[in-house]
Amino acid sequence: MEMPTPSPDIIARKSRIVARLSDALPADAVISHEAETRAYECDGLTAYTCPPLCVVLPSTTQEVSDVLKICHAEGVPVVPRGSGTSLAGGALPTADSVILGVARMNDVLDVSYEDRVIRVQTGRTNLSVTGAIEDDGFFYAPDPSSQLACAIAGNIAMNSGGAHCLKYGVTTNNLLGVKMVLMDGTIVDIGGAHMDAAGYDWLGLICGSEGQLGVVTEATLRILPKPEGARPVLIGYRSAEVAGACVSDIIKAGVLPVAIEYMDKKVIEVVEDHAKAGYPDCEALLIVEVEGSPAEIDEQLGIIKQIARRHDPVELREAGDADEAARIWLGRKSAFGAMGQINDYMCLDGTIPVSELPFVLKRIGELSKEYGLGVGNVFHAGDGNMHPLILFDANKPGDLETCEALGAEILKLCVEVGGCLTGEHGVGIEKRDLMNVQFTPEDMEAQMRVKDVFDPAWLLNPAKVFPLDASAARRAAIETAA
Amino acid sequence: MLTPRSEEELSDAIASADGPLSLRGGGTRGVAREGTVLSTAELSGITLYEPGALTLLAKAGTPLAEIEDALAAENQMLAFEPMDHRVLLGTDGTPTIGGVVATNTSGPRRVQAGACRDYLLGVRFVDGTGTITKNGGRVMKNVTGYDLARMMCGAHGTLGVLSEVGFKVLPAPEATATLVYRDLDWQQTAALFASAMSSPFEVSGAARLPAGAFFDDANAALIRLSGFEASVAYRTDQLAKRLEGVVAGPTEVVASNNTRNTEIWTSVRDVHALADPTKDIWRISLKLTDLSILSALGAEDEIVLDWAGGLAWAAVAPGTDVRATLGAFEGHATLVRGSADVPRFHPEPVPLAQMAKALRARYDPKGILNPGLMG
Repeated sequence: MEMPTPSPDIIARKSRIVARLSDALPADAVISHEAETRAYECDGLTAYTCPPLCVVLPSTTQEVSDVLKICHAEGVPVVPRGSGTSLAGGALPTADSVILGVARMNDVLDVSYEDRVIRVQTGRTNLSVTGAIEDDGFFYAPDPSSQLACAIAGNIAMNSGGAHCLKYGVTTNNLLGVKMVLMDGTIVDIGGAHMDAAGYDWLGLICGSEGQLGVVTEATLRILPKPEGARPVLIGYRSAEVAGACVSDIIKAGVLPVAIEYMDKKVIEVVEDHAKAGYPDCEALLIVEVEGSPAEIDEQLGIIKQIARRHDPVELREAGDADEAARIWLGRKSAFGAMGQINDYMCLDGTIPVSELPFVLKRIGELSKEYGLGVGNVFHAGDGNMHPLILFDANKPGDLETCEALGAEILKLCVEVGGCLTGEHGVGIEKRDLMNVQFTPEDMEAQMRVKDVFDPAWLLNPAKVFPLDASAARRAAIETAA
Repeated sequence: MLTPRSEEELSDAIASADGPLSLRGGGTRGVAREGTVLSTAELSGITLYEPGALTLLAKAGTPLAEIEDALAAENQMLAFEPMDHRVLLGTDGTPTIGGVVATNTSGPRRVQAGACRDYLLGVRFVDGTGTITKNGGRVMKNVTGYDLARMMCGAHGTLGVLSEVGFKVLPAPEATATLVYRDLDWQQTAALFASAMSSPFEVSGAARLPAGAFFDDANAALIRLSGFEASVAYRTDQLAKRLEGVVAGPTEVVASNNTRNTEIWTSVRDVHALADPTKDIWRISLKLTDLSILSALGAEDEIVLDWAGGLAWAAVAPGTDVRATLGAFEGHATLVRGSADVPRFHPEPVPLAQMAKALRARYDPKGILNPGLMG
């Protein structure tokens, strides 16, 4: 992975840039000492690190605007940062960039249960949005695994999903309005508590733009009344093919579960050692959850169990109470942590058509043997969002490179069968150089035109998403910054 | 009229155009503009349908009815329930799926399921220079690169002409029931909708028809529940009990075996109640708690509410500027048909209008795709 050479000119001007930012912000909002900027040298993709020029932590939209005006005038790249949980390197700095963290902006600004919306500052964590309204029977639906830590700002930047998005959609389906600061400091308001924003679908563009179009400081989010109840069922199968056929049959039967999660044998074994969730010993395990009143849940689970039995399961277990439900979910929720305890791993995020699941799992198994690295699979089967976990040893020379090469092969496979490189984590730097696999130069040119409109100087998070050669001409202005 | 039969022909037609093009799907919204008509009618056909993956792809000119028939055969549907404009606007032609996407047309189920843009998985389009572009695809979760599919949805063709669109589809409900409440004022209507929508009973439609539209004598607020038979019966009962404390009623429950449910909700979706050729038609996006601003429009018998109060259709005297009448509010008003000398779309704040102009300049540098329509 390559990053652009930092501009020596910008680095030479560090003290002036820091002084200008310090004039505009409270004393404790600018971090420029090397010992302290190191805390911001990476995000959740820890394989790559680089301390930034400096870090700013504004507390208001106006301060964000002031910061961006200064950076715009100085020609300094800005890397926006939510909580720094990106798995794709979305918040990785360069040595000539300013990190703009929104962590201090975490207030709830407004709640309207009549209009079913909440307005928050975007440094607020995903889970604490629900925390502010759950006593009144409401919740915010997108639930990425990192929801305890990840910020709404990052959710918007990456268009985050989660286990329950099969029913409730991802961030873009739940975002109604934003207050956003453009790179030149202009503050814009888009959408609001009403259902559809006017004009072009700016919100659709901003969601998933990986911090390259603007810094979102406030968000109006759709909130939903909590369902009466939810209940999972656990189904074990002898093969991926059978599990895939079961998923397809459930969907065809007209049931829409809130989640259909999948784990393979490797993950089950590790999870059992770690969390002792009582999972069966089998090749493929599904967790299917439905919502509603007790009678409605019975009705839906009745249909699902009937379909599941047709495919001759190794085990079929319905949660009898809240404890049993928690035990069924326990293993799935601790899967990533458990895998991390036994090994270093790289988590992929490609999406495939659900009908291709058995073929893709078989191919991943073959590729795993070919490259000599283990791969565990744990993912959202209902929507085809795979999460292959490639196990490697970070201390073993060459292992990371082998792992990345295997990862690239698996992602190419996802694209070949009609899918995409990333379903919910984002491109960042991790999948940047694979964009050519999915898009023609014309397709990428069409996307880069959007950034030209929002950020003509290409200063916001410039070296991400698009392969460096594709964006080189547009970024040239930074490298020659006066 | 240009009627390209392939994406390549569409590309050639746009690349060689030297004047304005008036883009046409089915021509059912009666908005033909100056210039040579470019029709997508010959770009037709479902290209992929996998019921087990809830995925359907079709060329832009495919008639909506063809798609709905194919889905119905598998007990599935377009979740966002797109409207058919023909009765309201007195037009003919055949609604196409490309037209639905270009206008982000979404019906009553919007309140539960979301809009057209929420179900769009991907698009292929030809921009104003003739360049063929793909964005998104056929999978349900995709954050690879920028979301141009949503950008194209609701852009009314001004950034490119759609050639193919892909959707996530949903299972069609087994049963539908409707709770009917009569003669409510704006405040009571807002209270009814707010309580229904904040219940856990998964309302799939909340609308209000004016007196005489489907129910005589007085306006009718309608709450729809959809799903499996037993579940609909349970939720209808529970919701009616919950709403007893809000307004009197329900005056009627249209049970799930009654075919009137389909007629009622088709009437809501297609705004049949306002099909009066002598009136101007406006479409107002607002929030439920602002519902009472509609009283400034006067005649309550010429307003149809949908989306639990999030959308109001109004039939007004020719030449009326509804934006001026309503004053400032959180939302926007679109002139769907009429003679008022105002822009069709609500004017945007300066920075957004400038960005919109810059976006058009990038995707349609010749300024030939429905020029002037979006500003």
